[in-house]
Parts: sequence; structure tokens; C-alpha cells
Amino acid sequence: MSEPLRPNRMPVYLDNQASTRVDPRVLEAMLPYFTEQFGNSSSSSHAYGRIAAEAIEEARGEIAALIHADPRELVFTSGATESNNLAIKGAAHFARLYPRSGQPRDHIVALATEHKCVLESCAQLEREGFRVTYLPVEPNGLVSRDGLAAALGERTLLVSVMAAHNEIGVVQPLAEIGALCRSRGVLFHSDAAQAFGKIALDVEEMKIDLLSISGHKVYGPKGVGVLYVRRRPRARLLPLIDGGGQERGLRSGTLPTPLCIGIGRAAAIAAAEMTDEAARLRRLRNRLQTGLGRRVPGLRLNGDVERRLPGSLNFCFPGIAAIKLIEACPGIAISTGSACTSASVEPSYVLRALGLSEADANSGIRIGLGRFTTSEEVDFAIDALASAAGRLATEAVAGQGGAPI
Amino acid sequence: MNEVARARRGVTARTETYLDWNATAPLRPAAAAAMSAMLARCGNPSSVHRWGRAARQMVDRARSAVGALLNAPPEGVIFVSGGTEANHLALLGCRRQRFLVSAVEHDSVLRAVPEAERIPVDRDGIVVLDTLDDLLAADPRPALVSVMLANNETGVLQPLAAIAAIVRAHGALLHCDAAQAAGKIPLDSDAIGADLVSLSAHKLGGPPGIGALVVTGELELIPLLRGGGQERGRRAGTENVPGIAGFAAAAVAAAEELAVYDYVRVLRDTLEAGIAAIAPEAVVLGASAPRLPNTAAIAMPGIAAETQVIALDLDGVMVSAGAACSSGKVGPSHVLEAMGVGPDLVGSTIRVSLGWDSSEADVVHFLRACSTLYRRCRGLALEACAA
Repeated sequence: MSEPLRPNRMPVYLDNQASTRVDPRVLEAMLPYFTEQFGNSSSSSHAYGRIAAEAIEEARGEIAALIHADPRELVFTSGATESNNLAIKGAAHFARLYPRSGQPRDHIVALATEHKCVLESCAQLEREGFRVTYLPVEPNGLVSRDGLAAALGERTLLVSVMAAHNEIGVVQPLAEIGALCRSRGVLFHSDAAQAFGKIALDVEEMKIDLLSISGHKVYGPKGVGVLYVRRRPRARLLPLIDGGGQERGLRSGTLPTPLCIGIGRAAAIAAAEMTDEAARLRRLRNRLQTGLGRRVPGLRLNGDVERRLPGSLNFCFPGIAAIKLIEACPGIAISTGSACTSASVEPSYVLRALGLSEADANSGIRIGLGRFTTSEEVDFAIDALASAAGRLATEAVAGQGGAPI
Repeated sequence: MNEVARARRGVTARTETYLDWNATAPLRPAAAAAMSAMLARCGNPSSVHRWGRAARQMVDRARSAVGALLNAPPEGVIFVSGGTEANHLALLGCRRQRFLVSAVEHDSVLRAVPEAERIPVDRDGIVVLDTLDDLLAADPRPALVSVMLANNETGVLQPLAAIAAIVRAHGALLHCDAAQAAGKIPLDSDAIGADLVSLSAHKLGGPPGIGALVVTGELELIPLLRGGGQERGRRAGTENVPGIAGFAAAAVAAAEELAVYDYVRVLRDTLEAGIAAIAPEAVVLGASAPRLPNTAAIAMPGIAAETQVIALDLDGVMVSAGAACSSGKVGPSHVLEAMGVGPDLVGSTIRVSLGWDSSEADVVHFLRACSTLYRRCRGLALEACAA
């Protein structure tokens, strides 16, 4: 049986890890800064510039409040990719240029399951002569505490661990990692693109030195992100992009005022609604998980069952290639994993790092529920996915057993 | 500009006059419409599902539109976060061992490669071609030359075709920062002759936070930002889809409405003539060189630029004392110093820049405010104004 028809409608959007819809309240806050208040925030000589600068500082305050930081510790960037590049390369380049008391520090530790932009930044540093340890994770996707402690050495300058995972949704024990790093004098960077605004983050309590944030993953706009850079004790970086000296010299370039306002408003909304939204998403997630589990034999959840983002799920549909399943469900927008790599035919390196076989990794589906997901949409998705999976499983059996005509 | 447009922009007819278009320009209505449509939708262009594919199609269409601004094919257009990043990607990504940059480049070029050799400019702010030739001949290492098309502080246009011929003769690469020129004069990548061209959306009526580096040939770049392999591996990061849509719409509108800059030139010339009438001692810097139609760098000897800017702002006229990025800081303009302008004039130069929406009323307001300011300063001891 084919899935129910939803004529003239865009498919149900269940890919909220790839990108989220801009919240209408965010859009409303941004619009005046595209039109009436278009000034360059660096133009301190006139009202247009000053109004833009004040609004940006207000936004900076909203974001800082949500992670318990000082607004002066936030650097606006073009997105989480830039934040991650700046954090990792910036810290490494600073450490190389200014070695601490003669001790060269040229070693970085990152989880094997980090986002591509973290791994690629590390790979670039390796080409420049740095050493990188790609730490394996436990089968549930969580960091191995002992493994991490053992990986830290005299020359380690930075540890990078994603706060909440973009493919499997697992949330790492940030406070424990932060305490360990602090005790060893190592910078702790966390890519919080998925976690920011979804779960509580506290840079003080978690002893995070560098935290990457994305606008468009939290119902804000694309094209803007933030890097939190600790002041005490100071996390020191060399800038990637130099020029007019904006953002205290750490990131030059005219600030995109409307985008900064947008991510600020998104942070404020998240601060007010995160608890209720998380509870609602967990209910929807459980409904989806239970509903699918009931109808799809052998369905397996990837990543830790408990320690995960409220809206995030990743399943293996046994024996069914993920790409086939996606094709069979045109009524829902889902993906096999990270959007950045979803056009590639390689199985997810993240699922492989959990110990999945290549065949199993090829059957992984990522589902991301979000602020605008309804329970009707969840029910629709359960039905669409379960029907398609049943059909594909039958075809597979028939394909094996039946003789070609 | 008409009253409706003015009301929409939130500017009251006679009390506020925006003459700082080189810092940033208001969003064009077409760009606002294109962005609103994309902001209301969702989708990551890298996602394979149809929301993702729709976003991808939009980005590809925009790539053609932005390329068309330069008569360049879409494949060469790399979307980045703005002019500053475009300049960095060009210089840091070009795999060259030697860098020659004009002495009047924007800070985002000068600071991308601090050790770059400076190509001097003449009194008009134009690159000295013979020196460029000599510099290139003196050292055979593979070089990149970076010369902006139009200067952000003076509007002076560089002879890019002549520069390109010299650069080519020495087998070097040419980068051109066209952030200020785009949308104000016609552009053609063949005529510019550069291998790499930087563009910024918010200078031509697109949104801030988006720009492009246009590669005109077959040049392989080292990426500045690494990650998901977007922009064919040349610039990672989820594409700023609404920003890109706004950039493209603004580029199309700017190209279509380029003729309005004939009128802007008239306004600018009227403004300069008006200043000359009020204060014969005033100097327009770069005036004898080819310039953008919208920019006037005006030195008023004896009155500190900061004093002028603040006084004009109190009168509702918004100008700047140089580049916006550095206008909050003290320190003389490196552009004017490179032109050999004396320290007294450098310290008393303001930048007045107009745009497609500027009107005669704006010029009248500016001249009235200047007249008041100059009269007041002449009445005082000059030191008081210079302080």
C-alpha cells in the first residue's frame, strides 16, 4: 500500500538537524534591520550605525545569557563551520606562534564522530605539522572517559567534542570533559551547533573554553553563527579573517546586523521555551519511536537511548538501504545523515564509528523533529516509513527467492 | 527618492540624510522580496530531499545572476560571508609565494597578508604602473597582485586593464576587490582582466553577511573554511540561502538600474560645487582621477574630520571620516597618506557617498549643514575646531 496522498503540500519536514525553519518571531525581529535600520554597525559617526551596533549588542547579550557567558566573550561568525574552523585553527596557530614556557604544544584530540568541518580543520592542521588523535567512541556514541584521559599529553593544546551529535543526537557529558580538560590545562572546544537552544548549556559549569553556535539550527537565519571565546582563563586565538578589526580583532568583516538580531531573538525564544519545547519533542520522539518499533521488525536505534537531543532519532531499518527508503517516502523530508555529506554514496562514518557494519551503516536514517512538527505529522511519518519498509522488505525477500522472469 | 520610499525606510524628509552609502546601502526592495520568500521556507541545499533540492536550485540560479553582474560564468562564483572573507580567500587561497598589493587597498586585503609588498600610488591615488612593472620584474617567484577597482574612501578607479596587462606579462595572478565598484559602474570580468574578483552584497543593496569571490579562469584555491565540502570544496558551511537570494536579486536590480548613477553623478558634482562655493579652501581628494559617480572625499582644512562628522550628525546628515570598519578608531587614513596628502588635510577629510535613492534634497540638506558648521568654525578660533 502506498502512503496517503497529501496533494499540493510540501513533504513533512523531519530534517531539523540539517536546517530549521526561521521562527516567524525571529523573522519579524530581523526585518526592520534589513530595511529601515540598515546602517553599518561600525559606522560610529552616525545614528544608523549606532542603532545597528546597539541592537547587535542586545542580541549578543541574549545569546550570552543562554550559555551563561559574558557578552564580550562572543564573536559573531558566518556560521558554525566558520566557528569550528576559527576555534580549532585559531587556537592551534596561536599555540604554535606563542609556545607556553618553551613547551611546544601541537597536539589536538577530537572524537572520530565530529562534524566534517571539525575533522577537516584537524586534517589541515595535520598537513601543517600538528598531531591529531581521532578518539574512537563507545558503541552508544558517547566519549570514552578513560580513552580521553589517556589521550591527553603534555603537548595537547585542545580537545574538541561535539555537544550534541548532528546524526545520532547523542549528548556528551560536557561537564566531565570540561573538568578533565581544565585540570590538564587543555582548551575544551565544543561544537554546539545542534545543542544550542535545545538543551541547557553552561560554559561556566561545563568549563567550556570555546563553543560553536549556528543560527539556522535553532530557528534563526542561515549565514550567522557565534564562537564563544572564554576570557578567564583566556582562550587565545589567531583570527582566520583579518581586516577592519571587528569583533575585537577576532573576526573582521561588516557584521550582518539582521542576522545577528535573528540569532539573538532565536536565543531569547529558546531561553523562554526550551524546557516546554523539549518536553513536547520528547513526547513526539517517543511516539515516533514506539510507533515505528511496533510496525518495523528489527528496527534499531543508533546512539544512546537516554542521553540524546529531545527531537533527534537515528534508526537502522534492517536489510533496507536508507536511500531506497527515502525514495519510497516522498511525503517526508528525511536524510541518511549529515546534509553536508548526504549527497555522497559512502556509508556514514559516524555509524561506522559506532561499530556498525557497512550494510547496517547504509541502512541508517536520521529523523529530526522540531518546533513546528505536529503529532499528525509524526503519525503520518510512522505510517509512511513503516509501509515503505514493509514493502521494501517484501520485495527483498521476493528478489532473493523468486526466479527472474 | 520619493516620499513613500523614504517613509518605508524610516527616514523623515528633512531631518535625516544618509550619505554613507559606501559603508552600507539600504536593502533594495527586490532583494527584500526575494529574501522574505526564502526566509519563510526551510531547507539545507545539501539535503537530498525536495526541500533541500529547492534550496539548491535557488542557489544555482543566484550563482548565474551574480556571475552575470561581471559577465562571468556561474561556475566561478563562490559564495562567502562577505567582501572581507572574499579578499582573504583570494589572497590566502591562491598558492602564491609573493604578494603585491596597492597601498590604498582595504584593510581586509592589507591584513590578510601583512608581509605583502606595497605598490605605491600617485597623488590621485592611482597605482604607479612602472613601479608595478619593476617590482614584478625584480623577483621571479610566482606572485599575486591585488588592486581594488574603486577605492572605498575616495572612489578613485584603478586602470585595471593596464594593470592586468602588466601582471599577465609577468605570469602573475591578479585579484581585484570590486566591492565598492559593483552596482555603481558597469563591470566586465574580461575588461577587468583579473583572475579573482571580490564582491560584497550589502554595498549594492543586498543584505550584509553575504558576498562572493569570482574565479574567472581555471584557478584552484586552497579553502579557508573546511568542512562539508560546499561550494565545490572551496568554501564549507551551510549556504546562507536567503542571503544568496537577496544578493542575486540586488545584483539583477543593480545592473538594470545602473543608469540612475548618471543622476547620482550629477548630484555628487552639485555637492562638490556647492562645497567649493561655501568654502573655497576645501579640497576634493582624487578629483582629477576617474572616480565612482557617488563618492566625494572632502578635506576642510583646519576642521577635524571627527568634529565635522559629529556636527553633521547632530544636524541629521550622516557621513563618515573614512572607512566604516576603522571609523570608530583613531589614526589617519592609510589611503590618503599613500596619496601623499599632508597630515593636516588627512585629519580633516570626510567621506560623502551617495546612492540610487539619493535626491537633490539630500544634497541641499548636506550643504546647509556644512555651511552652518563652517560659519561656526570660522567664527571661533580655528584651533578649537581642529582639536
